[in-house]
Amino acid sequence: MVTPSPDCNDLKDRFASANQSGDGVKIEIQNLTASFSNHGALDNVNLSIVSNEILSVIGPANSGKTTLLRTLNRLNDLTQSFQMTGRVLLDGRDIYKEYDPVILRRKVGVIFALPMPLPMTVFENIVYGLRRQGVNDRKKLSRIAEKALTDAYLWDEVKDRLEEEAPKLSGGQQQRLCIARTLALNPDVILFDEPCSGLDPISTAKIEEAMMKLKSQYTIVLVTNNTKQAARVGDRTAFFLMGKLIEVGETAKLFTAPTDSRTEGYISGRFG
Amino acid sequence: MKFPPPLAQKIAFFVLFVMTLFVVLPVLFVMFLIVKNGIGAISWEFLTAMPKQGMRAGGILPAIVGTFYLVAGAILFALPLGLFAAIYLSEYSQDTWLNRAIRLAIINIAGVPSVVFGLFGFALFVSFFKFGASILSGSLTLGIMILPVIITSSREAIDAVPGAFREVSLSLGATKLQTIRHAVLPHALPGILTGTILGIGRAAGETAPILFTVAAFYLPRLPQSIFDQAMALPYHLYVLSTQVPNVDVKIRYGTAFVLLVIVLLMNLIAITIRSHFRSKKKW
Repeated sequence: MVTPSPDCNDLKDRFASANQSGDGVKIEIQNLTASFSNHGALDNVNLSIVSNEILSVIGPANSGKTTLLRTLNRLNDLTQSFQMTGRVLLDGRDIYKEYDPVILRRKVGVIFALPMPLPMTVFENIVYGLRRQGVNDRKKLSRIAEKALTDAYLWDEVKDRLEEEAPKLSGGQQQRLCIARTLALNPDVILFDEPCSGLDPISTAKIEEAMMKLKSQYTIVLVTNNTKQAARVGDRTAFFLMGKLIEVGETAKLFTAPTDSRTEGYISGRFG
Repeated sequence: MKFPPPLAQKIAFFVLFVMTLFVVLPVLFVMFLIVKNGIGAISWEFLTAMPKQGMRAGGILPAIVGTFYLVAGAILFALPLGLFAAIYLSEYSQDTWLNRAIRLAIINIAGVPSVVFGLFGFALFVSFFKFGASILSGSLTLGIMILPVIITSSREAIDAVPGAFREVSLSLGATKLQTIRHAVLPHALPGILTGTILGIGRAAGETAPILFTVAAFYLPRLPQSIFDQAMALPYHLYVLSTQVPNVDVKIRYGTAFVLLVIVLLMNLIAITIRSHFRSKKKW
């Protein structure tokens, strides 16, 4: 059904060593339970995310995928009713105790489901985060912007439109702009929250291509409703149901020989 | 009695149209009256000279200047205060009984009669702080009066900025303050400006709040400092109409005309700014 990517064995070694020594683990989620005003969202999740992998997170609606993602860069903090127990470690340090959320979010970027450019020029969108860090040298900003746009496969399309208002770009371009905007901050981890849900197949293909390329430099978590997309780009895939992590494993194995019958039911389209 | 549907439609339309006309007619009539009787008084001298012969001749310059000083002072005081309060209420305050009480208080301030503000300003600024009857006292009193307008319109403008902008800004590693400054306020600016200018219009036109706090009956010179008394257009109009015998009708209506034009100009600026930004609104 899915052909394993060529570096699959290589990854397998890495996971093996990761499990033994903790080496190569970028994010470690330990006993994470989360809720919004007594409505449970995540139930005792334990999950490791390895450096330079794409971890696909799949599951039906209300399975806690997005809550998990928003926990990783503390965007849930903005919701008053949010409560959680357990720990999330980034590079071995607790993100809720040992990180300032502002610093954390510079290291853990997020791409939202709907492309959300700020109502300013393309260029200003890209350098928004850098300017807030006090970088105002035009040359430096231009250099970083070009690199970020190139990495997001958008440079050729917008290099002559940098001073145009970003919301004038097409939906697919806007979403790649949002990716470039995150890349400009040079994060360690990029979280994708159903990034292609509003896009046409060609734009989707471009974004998937960008993701495959980006994983050499970044650790990527991809929440998606599209199981085929999870299968196409994910090195490993995690299946969530009702806030519980049901199963996680190499994508090829999870999609061909899932150990849990609920996983099989979901990926074969029996529910969700 | 039953009308066939098309006729009923027509009757309903006619009734509604006539009702609307009744709303508009008095406004048009007032404006017509003031323009017709006042336009004759408008001359360069009327706008730039001191009053003469016990205000029966000459110009109204001190009243125009006094009104501008008062309005400027009121805005200088109320805009920062109101804007910061609006930012706190919209972006920081959580839903506690204290904040609910604050919000209720702001709504209630808007309903307080303006003469009560006048008395309050007299008690606090003129007597207690010993500013005397002065531009300072009058500006502060007017400022407090227009605070609710500025706070309410600023809050509405801030709340209308999509929450996603804040999330995007925070997710790009901006602090909360930077997010408010760069991702929220620029997009709330037109609404804030509109509220401010409506506040200006109101401050320029009110008589009661300045009655005890600043307004001079007759002061044929320009104010020298913020501790001076000053003349102001609305109060001057009141004086001309009721306190001074034998004033030419032309001068009274001319004064009303100038006040009307100033307030209308303010509103026109507000509308222009709003429509300008609305056409540029990109979400």
